[in-house]
Formats: sequence, C-alpha cells, structure tokens
Amino acid sequence: MSQIHARQRLYRRSRQSLLHGWDPVLTAVVSLLLIIGTLLVWAATRDWYIRNGLDGQYYLKRHIINILIGGLLAYGTTVIDYRLLRAYTPFLWGAGVLGLIIVLIPGLGAEINGARAWIALPGGFQIQPAELAKIAIIIGMSMILSERTHDSNEPTSKDVLQALAIAAIPVILIIVQPDMGTILIIAASVVTIIAVSGAPARWVVGLLLLAVLGGFVAVKAGVVSEYQVNRLQTFVDPNADTQGAGYQLRQARITVGSGGLLGTGLFNGPQTNGRFVPEQQTDFIFTVAGEELGFVGSGFILLLYLILLMRAFSIARRTSDPFGRLVCMGVIAWFSFQLFENIGMTLGLMPMTGVPLPFISYGGSSMFATLIGFGLLQNVHARLRG
Amino acid sequence: MNNRSRLALLVVQILIVSLMAALFGRLFYLQVAAGPKYKDAALSIQSRDVVAPATRGLIVDGYGVPLAMNKAGLAITIDRIAIDKLDDQGADVMKRLAKLLNLEYKDIYQNTRLCGELPKGQKAGCWQGSRYQPIPITKSADPDIALQIVERSDSFPGVDAQPVAIRNYPSYLDVNAAHVLGYVGPLTETDLLKGNGKQYFRSETIGKSGLEIQYDSFLRGEPGIRTVIVDRKESITRESQNTKPVAGDHLVTSLDVRLQASAEKALKDAVLRGRASGYTSDSGAAVVMDIKTGRILALASYPTYDPNAWEKGLTVQQAEDLFSEKKSVPALNRALQGLFAPASTFKTVSVVAAAAAGYDLNANYKCPSQVQVGTRAFQNFDSKNQGTMNMKKAIAVSCDTIWYQIAFDEWLRDGGLRPKSSANDYFFEAAKAFNITQKVGIDLPSESSSRLADRSYKKSWYQQNKDFYCNYKERATKAQQTPFLLQLAAENCVDGDKIRAGDAVNFSIGQGDTVVTPLKLTQMYAAIANGGTIWQMMVAKAIVKTDGTVVKTFTPKKLGTVKTAPSTLSFLRSSLREVVISGTGAGVFSGFPIEISGKTGTGQVFGRNPNGSLKDDTSWFASYAPSKNPRYAVVMMVGQGGFGASTSGVGVRQIYSTLFGVVGNKVVPGAALFPEGKPPTQLPKISPATKPKEASK
Repeated sequence: MSQIHARQRLYRRSRQSLLHGWDPVLTAVVSLLLIIGTLLVWAATRDWYIRNGLDGQYYLKRHIINILIGGLLAYGTTVIDYRLLRAYTPFLWGAGVLGLIIVLIPGLGAEINGARAWIALPGGFQIQPAELAKIAIIIGMSMILSERTHDSNEPTSKDVLQALAIAAIPVILIIVQPDMGTILIIAASVVTIIAVSGAPARWVVGLLLLAVLGGFVAVKAGVVSEYQVNRLQTFVDPNADTQGAGYQLRQARITVGSGGLLGTGLFNGPQTNGRFVPEQQTDFIFTVAGEELGFVGSGFILLLYLILLMRAFSIARRTSDPFGRLVCMGVIAWFSFQLFENIGMTLGLMPMTGVPLPFISYGGSSMFATLIGFGLLQNVHARLRG
Repeated sequence: MNNRSRLALLVVQILIVSLMAALFGRLFYLQVAAGPKYKDAALSIQSRDVVAPATRGLIVDGYGVPLAMNKAGLAITIDRIAIDKLDDQGADVMKRLAKLLNLEYKDIYQNTRLCGELPKGQKAGCWQGSRYQPIPITKSADPDIALQIVERSDSFPGVDAQPVAIRNYPSYLDVNAAHVLGYVGPLTETDLLKGNGKQYFRSETIGKSGLEIQYDSFLRGEPGIRTVIVDRKESITRESQNTKPVAGDHLVTSLDVRLQASAEKALKDAVLRGRASGYTSDSGAAVVMDIKTGRILALASYPTYDPNAWEKGLTVQQAEDLFSEKKSVPALNRALQGLFAPASTFKTVSVVAAAAAGYDLNANYKCPSQVQVGTRAFQNFDSKNQGTMNMKKAIAVSCDTIWYQIAFDEWLRDGGLRPKSSANDYFFEAAKAFNITQKVGIDLPSESSSRLADRSYKKSWYQQNKDFYCNYKERATKAQQTPFLLQLAAENCVDGDKIRAGDAVNFSIGQGDTVVTPLKLTQMYAAIANGGTIWQMMVAKAIVKTDGTVVKTFTPKKLGTVKTAPSTLSFLRSSLREVVISGTGAGVFSGFPIEISGKTGTGQVFGRNPNGSLKDDTSWFASYAPSKNPRYAVVMMVGQGGFGASTSGVGVRQIYSTLFGVVGNKVVPGAALFPEGKPPTQLPKISPATKPKEASK
C-alpha cells in the first residue's frame, strides 16, 4: 500500500505544472494587462518613430524584453522558499538604501523632471532604486509585525516602531530626491500593513495625522521642491500653465475624452500618433487606451485592475499566515495607490505625480518591481491550504 | 486573524473600491458625458483646415461685356511654418525680398503676421488666414523676379511663387463705374461676427461695397477645404477631407458699358465746363433709366476713384483721399446718396398741386418780376417781367412768380401761420403723389431717402433745434452772428415749427429744405413719361452659371402710381416738350435730330465753401426721350455747377448722342446703342473674352 502511495506521490510531483500553486484568475488578469500594455506602448510610439525615420518597433522590443525579465523575476519570487525570502530581506533593504544614497550623488544620479530618482547604468539602462526599496519595506515590515516573540495576538509598540524604522530611512532618502508620488504609495503601504497587523488603532490614527501634518509642513517649509508645488498649483487651477505641467495635463484629459465610447481604434488615434501628449509611453500610457480604445477599452482595463485587487484581497483573507497576509496587503496598497495616482493624474483627479502604471507603462524598474509584487502574491497563494 | 485585523482589512478594501469607483466615474464623465466637448478640443489640436478659394463670378453688362472679372496674378508667398524655424524667424529673408520686389520690409513683416499674433490697434494689414496657408506679400510680381526667387530656393526658404486670381475691373472704353461695382477685400473680424448664417473662412475675400457686396453670396461661390491631420511637429500625417471649390455665379446687369462710359465722360465734361465758367463745380451725378421697366442703364458719380486700387493695395494717402472733404469725398455715390434741392425741376410737382387745387392748366397767368409775400418781395428769375402766359409756357421759360402767387394764395387759404386742421396742403400732397420720401429701392447699399420739408418735418426740426435758435447768442460762434443770421435765429425761435409764407413759396420752386437724390428725380420724370408708374430701380438683371443656366432673375417692382389725373400728366409731358422746343432747354438741344423733353433747374444753395467762397448754384437737367414714345430718362446734376442748361443740359445732350447714335445733328445709321429701340431682354452668354460692340461708323 505504501508503495502505491509512494508512486502516487512521485507521479503527483512529476505532474506538477510549472505554475503549480498560481491563482489562475490572477495570472489571467495580469497576463491580459501585460498584453494590453504591450500593444499600448507600441501604439504610442510606432507611428511617430516611423515618421521620423526611426525603428517603429524600438519600444515594443524593449518592452517585451522588460516583460520577459520581469516574468522570470516573478517566477523566481513565486518559487523561492519563505525562509530564504526572509533571510535575504535585510540584504534587499541594504541594497535599496545604498541605491537611494547613490542616486542623490551628483554625477551618479540623473535628475529627470525635477527629481533625482534614477541611476544611469552603462548601455543606456536606468534603474530606480525606489522601486526596490518599496519591496524591501513591505517585506521587512511584514516580517517584523508578524513575528511573535511572545504570546500575544498583536504586535507591540516596540514592533511597530521597529517596522517604522525600516520604512523611515528609505522614505527620508526618497523625500530628498524628491519623489512625492512614491512617498504617498509607500505611506499607504505602511499604514495598511500596520493597520492590518492588528496594532493598536492609535498607531494608525497617529500615522495618518502625521502624514497629513508632514505634507503640510513639507510644502510650507519649502522642502517640497518648487516643481512639486507647481504641479499642485496646476492641479488646482488647470489653466495656470506653469512649467508646461498644465499643458501636459490638458492634453492628457483632451486625449482621453476624445476617445468617446468606442475609441478611435488601436494605432488609429490622431492625438497619440501626433504625439501631443508628452511621456506617452510611460506616465501617460493610459491616454493611449483612452483615445484608441474608448470607454469600453479603458473601462475594461480598470475592471482588470479591480479584479486583480479583489483577488489579492481574497488571498489575504484566506491565508492563515500573518506574514503572508501583511505582504499581500502591502502589495495591494502599493498597486492600488500607484494606479490611482497614475490614472487619477491622467484623468485630472490627482496632481502630477510621475508614477508609472503597473504592468502597462514602459519602464524596466517599474515592470520588474510590479512583477515581483505579483510574484509575492502568487507565493502567498501557493501556500494557501485548501 | 484577530478582529482588529479583520476590520482593518475591510476598511482598506472599502477604501480601495471607492478609489476605483472614483476612477470609473471620472472616466465615464470624460469620455461619455463630456465626450463631444473633448472630441472638439482634440480636433482643434490635431487638424488644420486649408482653404482653396473659389473663382469669383463675373459682373457683366446687358450684352455680356465684363465689368468685373478675375485676372491671373503672380503672388510671392511666405510659408510661416518654414520661416519660423529659422534662427531670425526669417527677418533676413524678408529684408532681401523687400529689396528685390521693391516693397517695404515693415509691410512684408506686417502682412505675414497672423491677426491673432498682433496687439489690438496694430493689426492693419495682418494675415487673416491660418498659418498653414502660404501668405502673399504681393500679387503682381514680375515673372522674372519670381523666377529668380524660386530658382534660389535655398536662399529663400519658405518663399514660393504662385498664380493667384486678382479681382480686376477691366475698364473697357475707359469705363469706371467704381461706385456701382464696389470692391472686394479680405474678411475682417466684424464681417465674421456679422456672419448671418454664412460659413465664412478666415482667408476669403468678400464684397465690401456696391454690387460686389449686394450680390456677394452669388458671386463668391464656395471655397474648397482640405482638412489635414497633423502631429506635434506640425507635419501632416494624413488628409481627412478634400472638397473642391465651387466657382461663383455671374451677375448680369442692365448697365451698358458704352452708355456708362459716355455718361461718365459727359458728367466729367460738365463738371469741368462748370469750372471753366468760374463755378466751384465740385461734384455730380448722372442717371440713365429705362422708363418702361425701371432698369438702370447707366449710373455715374463724380468725383470717382480707381476700383482696381483696392486690389493693388491702398496706400495710406489713397485711403485718406477717398474720404477727404478737400477732395469732395470720392467714396460717396452721389446718385444715391447726394441730397440736393431740385429747384425748377420740381415745378412738375407744382403743376400737379395747381391741378389738384382746381387751377385751370390751360388758362393764362401773370408772370411778374416779383411777388410780394408778407414783408418780402420774391423775385422772378433774373427779375424779369415776362408778362402773361399760359402755364405750359410758364414751365417752358421757367417762370417763378406764377408759382409764388399760387403757393402764397394756397398757403393763405390753408390758414397761413395758423393752419387749419383741414388744410389742403396741395403742394405737399403733390410731392407725396410722387412718393417723394420713399426710396427707389435700388439694389445697392446705403441709398438715402429724399426729404419732404412739410409741416410735420418742420415740427420735428423745431424740436431738435429750438434750444439752439432760442439761445442763439450763447450757442452760435461769432462768425455765425451776422445781422441776417441773428434775424433768422429770432424768427426760427418764434415760429420755426410752422410753415411760413416764405417756406411755402420756396417749396413751389423746389428750394428750401426739400431735397432729393438724383435717382429719385429720375424716377419722378420716368413716371411722368411712362404715364404714371413709379418703378423700383435696379441694376441687376440675373444670376447666371458659367454654363449658361439661369439661377435667378431680378425684376423691378411697381412701387406705385402718381396720384393725379392722366390729363395732368399729359399736360406735363407737353410742357416738358415745350421746354426743349422754345424754352430754357431750346439752346442746348437745338438741331438735335431726336425729340427730347425735359426741364432745367438752377438751385440756389445757402452757405459757404471751406475756402470761404459763397456756394454756387446746383445745376440740374431732368429729361426723357424720345418725346412721342418715351423709353429713356436721363438726369444730370452738378453740385455748384451753375446754370442748369449750360452745365448739365449739355451733358445730357452728350449722353443722348451716344444713346441714339447722333453725331452733331445727324443720326448715324447703325450707331444707336439699342437697335431695337430698347435695351436687350435676352440674357447674354458669359465669357471673360467678350468685348464691347464696336459702333459701326
């Protein structure tokens, strides 16, 4: 009898698919987003490049490579052992902080759009250490807030403070860049993780108040750069065309609105092909969907994101592992705030924030990070019992 | 998971779902609810309209001779997109072009600025079209120079030479007709605002005055539009639509180019004749009308200007001269806008009044040297006592005192300075019988109505001027306080609202505040000649397509009939004939082989010229011919021209000579303009190549 069981176990293992343990819905949704994203990046760049005598597939090819690399990273994240993950986290955090320091050094860090957020690597590549820091913060905080060294059902104040320390150092470095869009996302993840960890409510309330106060002080004290202030001003009064930010936002809104119900058709959008919206394959990629796919298409994308987030909530609820739960919530907060900032900015609900759209925007660092995030979700899912 | 965690998770979930809902809602608003607005905004960002102008329709005379046509010109154009890319925005290129083409750099610069780029008040000469159209800096470039420019295109980036259509007034037989034809020009902001339903594109030319504006909607056709989609660098990505222009339709008028040229020459000669006789002679008008249809065969006004000047580009001096008082405001069309006292030509109205008042037209009347009216003696012309004569002779010799007496008697009968409520007012009623205050309804803009200075006129005049005259010493300038004027002011203050004896008497000989346009007088004499029909007067005959299809015809309306007995009109006709046989018109028309009927008029004008001299008399001659079976009415007027007969009368003879083919005292066979005895009714074929018919000598 045990021989039969042993053989069965053998078969089971050999019949384990590559994506064993992956949530099929999550996989399907993210795959769709990746495919749509690829088409949108291509549509945003093909016409303009061809008309100016360059390779129309330039961005398409690089985007696909980014997806493939990201996919590998996601796969790696999914299959990695929990314990290894927790063991590597400090190194991840250290590398992130180091990257964030390097980025601030003139000559090593490149200033783009008023922020020192990128390190230029040889070969024309750039990386954004803040993306790496996001992951490290989520995993690090989740680690600390899920470990119980004592017999209690909730983290102690000491645990919370430790977790905050993990977040604080990278956050301060990112504030110096300054990259307020990323700060907001990290803040959302931090507060969410602390809240769901079961820490006393006063921590959550206190942090929220701190965030609001901090934002106020930052603007008043001039810590926030003039560039950022202009972005806020332009948001409040779109007709004050300060530094061209007003122009970008206006073009974006008009482009999205002009798509109407059904859109102009993929590759057929005059606004997109005319390249009237700047940064269209990165921060404003959603305008391509708006114009060319219309309300039906861009609404569908929003629906995909909603399903993705709901699925992730479901995983967070079902898991009995506190660490996994907190990681899930951190990723959920990250994804939802990032996509709300990006699409909100495109539609005129948020000021200019400069964060890319997860799974869709062109950009290596962002694609890798979000696919790793996806991998983390699948990792938690794989460990669900039943 | 403890309860706090569960709750926190739920709260976060709700928060995130609301964020998504907000995104959905906003997306719906932008794309569906407000979608059309954004669609429009996107179109204005991404598309450009390039307008191809339509060929403007021709204006031709009754036989098809072109009065206004289009000429091919060579324009040198500048492409703003190209020169804006240069370091100096093309300043050097434009300076070199200025030298080559003999233009001013500042004019070229100004002409190539979009009107929207310039500050208010500095827009003169700006380009009203779009940046995507080549902007002409001259339309009459020399082909050799144009070739030089195009061959050295690397030296002149953004500069091109293009054939263009220029509106041209060919001036066959030296004809001018500037006031009738009008001119064209680019659209202004006011034109666009006045839109009235028409789809104007910013770079079109439209008619600005005369026939060009009156029939602009037929003449201009439809411009073609090419809509292109552009990218951010303004490169064209594709064409969205391309409609071809539709050429404008042609306007056939009732004018005859030979008659028009003759009328203009006769008028100018009359003006100069007046000057040669020592009169100021500063303006004039001549009208020739078909009395059976109301159609206008010639319409001249002096002084005039060259209608081609507008297309060539008016200089500041030319623009000022057009409206300068010193040059007698050439822009004014005196035939429709000039208001002058009709003087003795108005005696036809007095005859109608006398008939209505019961005077026997065939009886004899005294024509003394003067008539005492109140405290003043009104003199006969030349203060001559002409004895006793019948009314017909009185008209022929233009006796004034006969009318003074009748008018004075009727004024007294009506109650004098205290008019009865049932006053007959025969003289005012006689003027109204001719519909004197009604416009003739000519199809040209800005016709003035003639003025009847009757009782109600005096009342409203008094309302407006009472304050001035009753406080004359304080209000008037020193120069205006001569004894005579002080006396006049006192009188005006007391009874300026009444028709005084002097007013009534003056009215009977066409003097005083009653003034008419030359057009109106022509209409009145035509009504006498044709048996009483008051015709609307028109210049346009029909709108015709290039292939000959008639789009629309225009027929003058009957506006009314002269309210008097046919026998009175018949009497008038025989009197007017007598004028030319034995009266004041006899000398002018002696030996003329065609029978003419008419009346001279020499109107006194009160006031001084700008140079201080007293104003000279207005010279009138109103007529129709041939007397037995009249067809044409001809009226000429020369302001400050002196005597009616010698200044205007001679001019009218000149016009009849051309009309009937008379040289000296003989009719030359085949020389008459209208061999059928009337103007042509058939519409001509339209071709830019049609030339005036040569009269066989």
